Amino acid sequence: MDSMFANYPGGQGAAYDEMFDGAGPRPAYGAVRQTLDSMTRAELAARVEALQSSYLDQGVTFDIGGEERAFPLDILPRVIEQEAFVTIERGVAQRVRALEAFLSDVYDTGQVFADGVIPRRVIATSSHFHRAAASIRPPNGVRVHVSGIDLIRDDAGEFRVLEDNVRVPSGVSYVMTNRRAIASALPETFASHRIRPVAGYPQRLLAALRAAAPAGVADPTVVVLTPGVFNGAYFEHALLARTMGVELVEGRDLECRRGRVMMRTTNGPEPVHVIYRRVDDEFLDPVHFRGDSMLGCPGLVDAARSGQVVLANAIGNGVADDKLVYTYVPDLIRYYLGEEPVLRNVDTWRLGDADAREEVLDRLDELVVKPVDGSGGKGIVIGPAASRAELDDLRVKVMAEPRDFIAQPVVQLSTVPTFIDGTMGPRHVDLRPFAVNDGSKVWVLPGGLTRVALAEGELIVNSSRGGGSKDTWVLAGTQSGAPREEVTVTARPAEPPSNGPAIEDLTSGRDQQEQQQQSRDEWGGDPC
Amino acid sequence: MLSRIAQSMFWIGRYVERAEDTARILDVQTQLLLEDTSHPEETTCRNLLAIMGVEVADDVTVDTRFMLEQLAYDSTAPASVAAVLAAARESARRARETLSVAMWESINTTHRSVVTGQFRAQGPASGFSWVRDRAALINGAADATMTRDEGWQFLILGRCLERADMTSRLVATAAYAGGVGAPWTSTLRACGGYEAFLRTYKGAETERGAAEFLLLDRLFPRSVVFSLNRAEQCLDNLEAGGRAGFQNDALRLIGRTRADLEYRALSDVVADLPGEMEKLQLTTALATESVTRRFFAGSEGTNWHGGRI
Repeated sequence: MDSMFANYPGGQGAAYDEMFDGAGPRPAYGAVRQTLDSMTRAELAARVEALQSSYLDQGVTFDIGGEERAFPLDILPRVIEQEAFVTIERGVAQRVRALEAFLSDVYDTGQVFADGVIPRRVIATSSHFHRAAASIRPPNGVRVHVSGIDLIRDDAGEFRVLEDNVRVPSGVSYVMTNRRAIASALPETFASHRIRPVAGYPQRLLAALRAAAPAGVADPTVVVLTPGVFNGAYFEHALLARTMGVELVEGRDLECRRGRVMMRTTNGPEPVHVIYRRVDDEFLDPVHFRGDSMLGCPGLVDAARSGQVVLANAIGNGVADDKLVYTYVPDLIRYYLGEEPVLRNVDTWRLGDADAREEVLDRLDELVVKPVDGSGGKGIVIGPAASRAELDDLRVKVMAEPRDFIAQPVVQLSTVPTFIDGTMGPRHVDLRPFAVNDGSKVWVLPGGLTRVALAEGELIVNSSRGGGSKDTWVLAGTQSGAPREEVTVTARPAEPPSNGPAIEDLTSGRDQQEQQQQSRDEWGGDPC
Repeated sequence: MLSRIAQSMFWIGRYVERAEDTARILDVQTQLLLEDTSHPEETTCRNLLAIMGVEVADDVTVDTRFMLEQLAYDSTAPASVAAVLAAARESARRARETLSVAMWESINTTHRSVVTGQFRAQGPASGFSWVRDRAALINGAADATMTRDEGWQFLILGRCLERADMTSRLVATAAYAGGVGAPWTSTLRACGGYEAFLRTYKGAETERGAAEFLLLDRLFPRSVVFSLNRAEQCLDNLEAGGRAGFQNDALRLIGRTRADLEYRALSDVVADLPGEMEKLQLTTALATESVTRRFFAGSEGTNWHGGRI
């Protein structure tokens, strides 16, 4: 039989393959494989085509250099067993709690520096540390309302943290649209699994945002603040506002008056209590940050300080997802929570340390060097893949600003079969689970964004670098949870809606009579 | 206007709306059966068929395929989209000389795609969205090309009565689904009003809120009260009222039901939703009868039973 996976080399290379363990498919992928094997290549290609055109029709797009493209979605979903995901949930929640504690410490007394867990200069030299945010205390203590902790699966199949995103993590909209699209592209497979749903995310987020409202506001007004339609993630901003049922505002729709933030409406200014902002810190308030910013609203920071409005996520969160701080996070977890990290970091050298720098500069051609405040895969140099000139260039940069870089061994990201050019090939993936903190609990969306590097062997998965995505299925455990209640209510039969003459006639004899009449007319029969 | 034409217009309005609403309901229900395997297939399908007024014997195995035949594809099943679209086309053919060409063609083309099997071949998801699109096209063609004469009033009257009836059935599906899944969310989605609901209620999803929105909202075009209001307007336009009371039976019926819904406490209505919805369906059926008696009398054709006595 012409199996889709006949020539698939998975499970034999250096990287961990999530579908094949060298011999056969892992149990979680059994049903997925069966469906795909029972399909002809042409049928599969047709479904892939339908998938893409449905994304273009819905406007699920991503902006790359000003060009609007359909977000590439692979047809084969990534399956994560419930057991593995429980670990992820615990690990992500733990990390978020530690980072929350760290942030409230950093912008308050700084006990963590006094206790020598992390040097103060690490924070002070971070470009994301904002003095303007010092001693702003969010009403319910939450600064990281939404976070995306990027995970990878190493050679042994263990999930590890690659980086933290606690500023404005994006991509959650694709988790929801991917699920809908795959459900209609692979209905058979979908029906044969019990997959934990992801559609509840907007309601969770809204509940968390409402819980964060200033004290004394019973019915808070929540808005989503977007930089505007030209932003790459505008689709996501609109989707979140739409599914939460809140206004999507731009900076020019807001104004600050006497410490309160108002939005301009046809009924005059109306107060805003919680702003889920998708604008970077630097652009948020021209009074405190970039004076030339047109995207923010002057006075926002002061309004937040006076407690009249809550910004989610809080200003200055960037210190916690700085890649240099990342190296200290396991220590922070032990320090604040007294727990061992559930999810380990990837081994990392801080180039600011002289010893580490020396070692790394010797082995520059076999390591990955990353700028500490980069995002979207910008500025990353992968040693084995870089040219001589690139490495020399990098060496100069590292010597000039060692604080700005970290180095990691080349981790082979795990692979999942991906349908490219009519055949299945292994492609590297990562996972960004999203967590929502409402102040009492950190909830992790069951699933997350699986990003996949579409070029063979490519290790950078960011969509701005030509990456795609996969739907991520977390299987519901069979043993966990209470027994489900079955619907036993049976509906009373209702009267059918009135049929009307046409339906009745379609089944009665009148039309034959009229036809008879017609045929007699045609034959010039008896004149009446 | 000829009674016969008026009757055709009334039923075009009803059939097109019925096809659209049935497709909306099916779209959401099939998606739900697919996505959430905790829904027991047989009960869900049986309930839906019962609510749509299709009688099924107890010994028949009911699955999604059977339900789709009954409610979508089988043109001999009176509640199916295929039959309803055929009926819409049949009604349009009888009033063809009064319909605008654009409207006739949009109805006829729709029916052609059912007859040639294109509708079935598309499969459920895209088939149902196709029905929605066609209904929008037909309604749009009517809106853009019809004069606002009596015929128009009958078309809208039919559409509004049907919509009130269908929304009440939709509310009943949600009421029967119990606590499994998110029945109200899917009901709102079926009406295409989920986002509007979220905006109106600031994202607070409650069953009470959803029932209120679907039954009582004065601005949402698919709510029961909105539809009944429009139906009343149409009847009023058809027969200008005098200084006191209302002469038209249909108007009385609809007005009373609407007032009953609007002026009672919501908790009172919600207490027995399926029962209330049945009453509502009874109202639309009675109103249809009285509209028929008042305006279309005689157009039924007299049945001669020569020599049978």
